[in-house]
Amino acid sequence: MIQTVISENLPVDERLIIKKNSIGTKGGKRVCIVTGIHGDELEGQYVCYELMRRLKKDIHQLKGLVELYPALNPLGVDSVSRAIPTFDLDMNRIFPGNPDGHMIEYVAHRIIEDLAGADLVIDIHSSNIYLYEIPQARVSKTFADKLMPIVQMLNLDFIWVHDAATVLESTIAHSLNSIGTPTVVVEMGIGMKITKEYGDKLVDGIINVLDKFGMWGGDLPVRIHKPIVSTIGDVCFINANYSGVIINTIPNLTRVSKGDVLCQIVSSLTGDVLENVEAPVDGLLFTMRSYPIVYEGSLLARIFYENNPV
Amino acid sequence: MKQCDIFTMKSPFRDDYRIPGFYFGNGDKTVAIVGAMRGNEVQQLFICSQLVKNLIALEGEGKINPNVGILVIPTVNPYSLNIHKRFWAMDNTDINRMFPGYDQGETTQRIAAALFETVKGYEYGIQLSSYYLNGNFVPHVRVMDTGYQDIESAESFGLPFVYEYEPRPYDTTLLNYNWQIFETKAFSVYGGSTDVINKDLAKQTWTGILRFLHAKGIIDKPMHGGMVPFRLKNDKLSTVVSRQSGILYPRCDIAQNVKKGDLLAEVLSPYMGETLDSIYSPVTGTVFFAHHTPLIHQHSRIFQIVEYIE
Ligand SMILES: [Zn+2]
Repeated sequence: MIQTVISENLPVDERLIIKKNSIGTKGGKRVCIVTGIHGDELEGQYVCYELMRRLKKDIHQLKGLVELYPALNPLGVDSVSRAIPTFDLDMNRIFPGNPDGHMIEYVAHRIIEDLAGADLVIDIHSSNIYLYEIPQARVSKTFADKLMPIVQMLNLDFIWVHDAATVLESTIAHSLNSIGTPTVVVEMGIGMKITKEYGDKLVDGIINVLDKFGMWGGDLPVRIHKPIVSTIGDVCFINANYSGVIINTIPNLTRVSKGDVLCQIVSSLTGDVLENVEAPVDGLLFTMRSYPIVYEGSLLARIFYENNPV
Repeated sequence: MKQCDIFTMKSPFRDDYRIPGFYFGNGDKTVAIVGAMRGNEVQQLFICSQLVKNLIALEGEGKINPNVGILVIPTVNPYSLNIHKRFWAMDNTDINRMFPGYDQGETTQRIAAALFETVKGYEYGIQLSSYYLNGNFVPHVRVMDTGYQDIESAESFGLPFVYEYEPRPYDTTLLNYNWQIFETKAFSVYGGSTDVINKDLAKQTWTGILRFLHAKGIIDKPMHGGMVPFRLKNDKLSTVVSRQSGILYPRCDIAQNVKKGDLLAEVLSPYMGETLDSIYSPVTGTVFFAHHTPLIHQHSRIFQIVEYIE
């Protein structure tokens, strides 16, 4: 059943509409999938489509309610804008919103109201247009105890447990987790693209969660991948030391060894190589820059490495 | 006056990125003034340029206390100003959400780190700030309630209002928050407009800053004492939100005194011109902020009114 969660009037003969599609039955458990909070992140579009397709095919096997919110920032998704158009504001920095506030704060408040009480919310992101990410969950230490068992079921490659940052308290995930609605953030792929292989993996993971929640009696994925969890090591950030153009970027996000060349920064004006960017450690390359123009400081890669037991 | 770049960086193809600093006086770090951090803050740039002009004249007359050190940075972000982009030219990040910065991090974190390294340790810090909504404010000084705020000094600008507010989670990455944490007495000065130059409001603002410098014995420029500021907290600020969307037809402007029930604005139908909604003041007070936008959304924050206790 398709429902309108938000309907706000825009100046000229149009409404800002946020829709959700709920399938299954009320009364049991409820799992919500939200995406499109950043208008340039589209991997979640495929996940919503494919999950809905699989669930609808075997709808009688679904116990409980699955709700899909494919575009929390519909103006952004439809106009290739990461932020909320006209405000240039990151929508994931305005939660939990304010019922008496400006339209966007009001919308944020209503979204939280609608999602509150779910047994699980999965917020799907796809990086930005610059960086490619392997399928991973981002979990704040504050909520790790509660969320770790769930994220392990999601068929992801990596779980990044990060320190609590005050600035992240304005995200939808933090706002929901703070009121006791477990919310998991998934990052995968890259902005403005759909990586079908990653989407299929995550849909398998979501079906697995539904099964473990006792919500699914249909076909199950053949294999669920056990993720690497960041608590057994550290994350190393590799930033550009020069401004220029990156070429020869490593083709697959995979395990790398110390000294492997991840990419080269070159000057297209002089024909010189400015920097051979090497992996400083052995580990899992889970983030890699895709966008070719870089400034000094631009993030090029992130590698997870295990701490050697002493 | 001594001019030198506090930070430079090469870009792939643009001219070098430079943040200029203008130093006056021979003493320690007394006051740092930071102008436009975003590419639409032309009023803030203009105000700083007038301050530099005034300080050069005062220096020529020997009226800058030789035992002080003044630093004025008219802009941190010429790259964005030059292409009419509010945030960072490459990745749309906001330098003023990156403090205290990180010199090994992303480009805007490095810029923030370089700026903070330079302006840290000053006794007073003044930042010319702007708001995410287009519109005009009555020039005022804002101080974050971090436990280190100095309200009396904020009053010595002689601007009509001093606004003391509680930092929200995402405010912890602002320059002013970090200044205060590092024991600089920090003030955000709102110079009326943002992306258009309003000379009257600008003059009121730079005069206020000069008045502050005189009050602190930094310059010798006896001048009119300004106003006795009205101390303001959130509870005295009444927000007027539009119930309808359409063409906004304002009937009042900032600094105007209004009575409860006075007409503030009308919202007109974008096609047929009739009045959809008349917006009346909910309180008696002074118009503090007026949103300047010809087209408004439903639930837009159109005015903020400072309520007077009678
Ligand atoms: Zn995102």
